[in-house]
Amino acid sequence: MEGRGSDAGRGPWALALRRLLRNRLAVVFLGVFLLIVVFVLAAPLWADEVAETGPNQEHTVEQITVDGEKKDVVTPEGKPIGPQWFGAGGKFFLGADGRLGRDEMVRLMYGGRTSLLVGISAALIATLVAIVLGLLAGYFRGWVDSVIARTLDTIWSLPVFLIGLSVGIALAVGGLKIGPLELSSGSLWNPILIISVFTVPYIARPIRGEVLALSEKEFVEAAVAQGAGPSRVMFGEILPNLASTVIVFFTLMIANSMLFEAGLSFLGAGVQPPNSSWGTMITVGVELLRIQPLLAILPGMMIMLTVLSLNIVGDALRDALDPRGKARLDAALQFEAQSGATRPVGEASLS
Amino acid sequence: MTRFIARRLVGMVAVLFAVSVIVFVVFMVLPKQNPAQSLAGKNATPLLVKNIEEEWGFDDPLPQQYLTMMKKVFTGELIQYEPRIPVSDRIVEGIPATFSLTIGAALIWLFFGLLLGYLSAIRAGGWLDRILTGVSIAGISIPVFLLGPVLIYVFANELEIFPNGQYVAFGEDPGEWLNHLILPWITLALLSIGFYSRVVRSNMLDVMNEDYVRTARAKGLSERQVMTRHVLRNSLIPVITLFGLDFGATIAGTAIITESIYSIDGIGLYAAEAVAKFELPPIMGVALYGAFFVVLMNMIVDVVYAYLDPRVRLGESASA
Repeated sequence: MEGRGSDAGRGPWALALRRLLRNRLAVVFLGVFLLIVVFVLAAPLWADEVAETGPNQEHTVEQITVDGEKKDVVTPEGKPIGPQWFGAGGKFFLGADGRLGRDEMVRLMYGGRTSLLVGISAALIATLVAIVLGLLAGYFRGWVDSVIARTLDTIWSLPVFLIGLSVGIALAVGGLKIGPLELSSGSLWNPILIISVFTVPYIARPIRGEVLALSEKEFVEAAVAQGAGPSRVMFGEILPNLASTVIVFFTLMIANSMLFEAGLSFLGAGVQPPNSSWGTMITVGVELLRIQPLLAILPGMMIMLTVLSLNIVGDALRDALDPRGKARLDAALQFEAQSGATRPVGEASLS
Repeated sequence: MTRFIARRLVGMVAVLFAVSVIVFVVFMVLPKQNPAQSLAGKNATPLLVKNIEEEWGFDDPLPQQYLTMMKKVFTGELIQYEPRIPVSDRIVEGIPATFSLTIGAALIWLFFGLLLGYLSAIRAGGWLDRILTGVSIAGISIPVFLLGPVLIYVFANELEIFPNGQYVAFGEDPGEWLNHLILPWITLALLSIGFYSRVVRSNMLDVMNEDYVRTARAKGLSERQVMTRHVLRNSLIPVITLFGLDFGATIAGTAIITESIYSIDGIGLYAAEAVAKFELPPIMGVALYGAFFVVLMNMIVDVVYAYLDPRVRLGESASA
């Protein structure tokens, strides 16, 4: 605190918001992230009003008029048209995506929807599961903790990406059937579930650690003395104190999940056609790298921008929500890294 | 120490068992489709599917099926069906390429990670530190599937300095081997450089607060001696751990994306091609092989770590 103005009387959330807003870099990248969200949300608008085509609509043998001149969308040799900007009134703004002649801009916007949707859903599920597991393990200790901690450790020490890839391809081939839960092979739930299962330990382990520490605190003892049951203590007393950790990790997990999804989809084990994501778009683009490099680089740039902004905002949130806790969180991550586990969140385990 | 190693061995076997069960469940139990169909590949004949069904005993109870699968894995009878080649042969063939990719990338990321982290830590808070921190955050955020295409486009297609991928065996032509691997090495290393430099920096900053560093200064050592002999050395242990794990994981074929972007025919590319063809046996094989390596490396790293730092051995109950 620089001591200018009065901090007295402000709530912790207001103080945190002020600290966050003071971090210029974070504010800029928060803006970038919001712009990306607006960009993908505007997909149907752009598709209907400007490009007048859908993400999967093919224009193989069509011609468009650019500045009064007729051009092939895909040349007879199979070369897709390059970026036209507003030359054709916004049609093929970024060119066509390959032999099929689909509108790259429209695909980029719809692909981003899938990427963000999968990333956010997977992070949300992983976070919710992690909160419950972390609370149970940290509060009850004993055998509950042993079982949960061992399971998390096992997942943690797996070659997560390889196994995720195997599951992805198994589901992409055959779909999934567990009792009433039935997923078809093309369902978006497949990548979402895979990613969330394999990323739970990243959040559950630090949460468990914090719950262990928090349940030693006086306020927990006081609650128990007043007759509060386990669920009241866990969800009413301890959970609110986890808010800042959860917010920070959730933000970082979205970035992580998006990278995971892109990796799976790039290899063909994530999002399946007719859906497309930035990851699947890169696969198409890499094949055409020689004739139209933008097709691989644009979706890659979008992923990078999204991940970078989420990582920076996540870091800034950590500083803002809990300035003294930074050391503590860092120490926890450090401990994870040292205990022979693996790397902290924010670092995708794929290359 | 013997007890520690024994415990770790037991843990290792347990994790490998868990992995094999997961692989079994994922491939044989969960999918709606007939697993024989998935094993046979996309364009299999009904006869082949029928044969596989009998060969794998899909009518048996599940535990028996699991044993059949494991027997195939251990006796090298896990086979990809089109063309009919044992999966283990293909994995062994892929090892030299994957190893070449890993070793070069690992040396690059270790060297630059340490260098940048060290420079960043001794100038903590200064402009150099800020620039390096920014660079490493950017490095961490550039996914391989962006960096790879960009490097290929710029250095292979436009400038034509380096070939665009492929792998040339070292024994065939060492010069070409190097030439073909430079771009993949950089691609694979950049992510880890960012990460390692951040780890080195924060470890060094922690160590700088230790009493023995003050003592070293007090007894008149130069700043450089303090930094290299005391601070850097003591902050290296966690880095060694991390390096062992990453090295193991990369050898295990986790550099799938790098290998497939640059068409380096190692284990990762083998897996990637199998994914594209929806062929399950190679993926099962690579997943099991990869898990074995990762878990083995985990164990070696733990033992080395315990050897270097007795506190781990003694307080082993803390985070077993």
